[in-house]
Amino acid sequence: MIRRILPVVAGLFWVGSAFAADVTLLNVSYDPTRELYGDFNKAFAAAYQKETGKSVEIKQSHGGSGSQARAVIDGLQADVVTLALAYDVDAIAAKGLLSADWQKRLPLNASPYTSTIVFLVRKGNPKGIKDWDDLIKPGVDVITPNPKTSGGARWNYLAAWGYALKKYGSADKAKQFVGDIYKNVPVLDTGARGSTVTFVERGVGDVLLAWENEAFLAQREFGKDKFEIVSPPLSILAEPPLSIVDAVADKKGSRAVAEAYLRYWYTKDGQEIAARNSYRPRDPEIAKQYESSFAKVELFTIDDVFGGWAKAQKEHFSEGGVFDQIYKN
Amino acid sequence: MSELQISPGSVRDDLRTEPRLVRGIIIAIALIFLTVFVVLPLVVVFAQAFSRGIGAYVAALSDPEALSAIRLTLCVAAISVSLNLVFGLVAAWAIAKFDFRGKTFLISLIDLPFSVSPVISGLVFVLLFGAQGYWGPWLQSHNVHVLFAVPGIALATIFVTFPFVARALIPLMQEQGTQEEEAAISLGASGLQTFFRVTLPNIKWGVLYGVLLSNARAMGEFGAVSVVSGHIRGETNTMPLLVEILYNEYQFVSSFAIASLLALLALITLVAKTILERHLDEGQLPRGD
Repeated sequence: MIRRILPVVAGLFWVGSAFAADVTLLNVSYDPTRELYGDFNKAFAAAYQKETGKSVEIKQSHGGSGSQARAVIDGLQADVVTLALAYDVDAIAAKGLLSADWQKRLPLNASPYTSTIVFLVRKGNPKGIKDWDDLIKPGVDVITPNPKTSGGARWNYLAAWGYALKKYGSADKAKQFVGDIYKNVPVLDTGARGSTVTFVERGVGDVLLAWENEAFLAQREFGKDKFEIVSPPLSILAEPPLSIVDAVADKKGSRAVAEAYLRYWYTKDGQEIAARNSYRPRDPEIAKQYESSFAKVELFTIDDVFGGWAKAQKEHFSEGGVFDQIYKN
Repeated sequence: MSELQISPGSVRDDLRTEPRLVRGIIIAIALIFLTVFVVLPLVVVFAQAFSRGIGAYVAALSDPEALSAIRLTLCVAAISVSLNLVFGLVAAWAIAKFDFRGKTFLISLIDLPFSVSPVISGLVFVLLFGAQGYWGPWLQSHNVHVLFAVPGIALATIFVTFPFVARALIPLMQEQGTQEEEAAISLGASGLQTFFRVTLPNIKWGVLYGVLLSNARAMGEFGAVSVVSGHIRGETNTMPLLVEILYNEYQFVSSFAIASLLALLALITLVAKTILERHLDEGQLPRGD
């Protein structure tokens, strides 16, 4: 017993300076990427050490995408941000902490991995949920977080909207449809992970609208015998973007490492880590290799349907926007 | 003063006039309530923490992130409790032993953290020290990090815990009056001598009581700290924050292992509180010496 407790006590007083890395980066990220960056940081640190001989330690901070952006604006010293959607990075850029053309500085809209929105249902799919239409049926409880605070929730909302727009052809009908979905939502958590815990742990609801990677993770953690993933035939292409925070990286002199860190996502190794964590890789070769892991879904982009994040944000999620109108009724 | 007190025996006699059944029901309700709201949650915390054996429990606590959280929590509690000890002593001394204008205002000011939601207290510090706040730009340009670093967490903790010591001491010191101090000074003691030889010994149990409560709150604070922490892994996560993070990462054993430490702290606090309260009660009786 004593011998077991000893290392804990010893560890408490151990300051850990012997362990200090040559360079430290802080990556401020959104909620569901905890496991992804756990893997990625290890791989990058090893690769970086091998190439430059320098050790690098990456510190992580996770939370709702919107509130994480807010923290960076308030002075959280992030060298890089890896958030859920471009609008949140734009918000940081608007305060002058990073350059406005950030999305052009890295290939592929600065999103080296993508995801989409899927449905997680309970074993056997008791409510028979197959497509977006099934979400507005009476008696179906839908779990999704609050789009005001959660990036994932905004993708959920826009995916549903895009579907309705395509099927019914008008914005009014789409508004009606999305409103009907939110009538079936018993609780709005603040972040994607909170919603997953509500659905998976607390057993609330019949279907969880989730990031594809989040749904796979829940299934891995709790077993395929408990949950099934249903991919709707049509959904949105979610592009979580990355950027260096110029103001911080320049002050700390960490730009070169930060740059190497983000670029590592575009290597085969990086792409493979994304795929292993159920994020859709961009590299055609790796994508082909992991083809069977992801359902074939017709994906539309936010630029195509909504004219980009800035417009979508203003129209739907700003104060008094469409979401407020829907949710009040 | 002692004539005014009703002896405990007479209260018990009054109660006995209630029918036996009513008494039984009242006691049963109280017991059920205690079991459901206090005992069960405690049992669940420990049961979950040890659900995969003591090995997993120790492993969870010796994880670097857990150690860092424990270290940070202890450090922040030490800073905030010692500062609040000084502040509480000074404030209680001024309020109890002297009369001055604005005294009532000062008392209600001390109570402010009790009435403000912890999240708001945290946000106040964001407004003051945040990069977009009043002092943020100046601090940033001088490379001083308050927010999202240990100083910010300590500040927020100090704010939410500062009433405890003062609140424990004010009634005690008011009750004791100023005669002993006046006697000491008339016998030629200096101010400091009076404080350390007369005032402090009289209130030592009260001081400990305040320290205990403020320590418990400092270690358990979630709301205010969550706002100013920045949630940097292994750096600015305190134990309560880490409990939530681990829970959200499906690491239930680790999460409840940390929670069990906090629960243990609560239990120790409870026992210490009972002992101190007994001393305090004795202290209030007229002393023989």
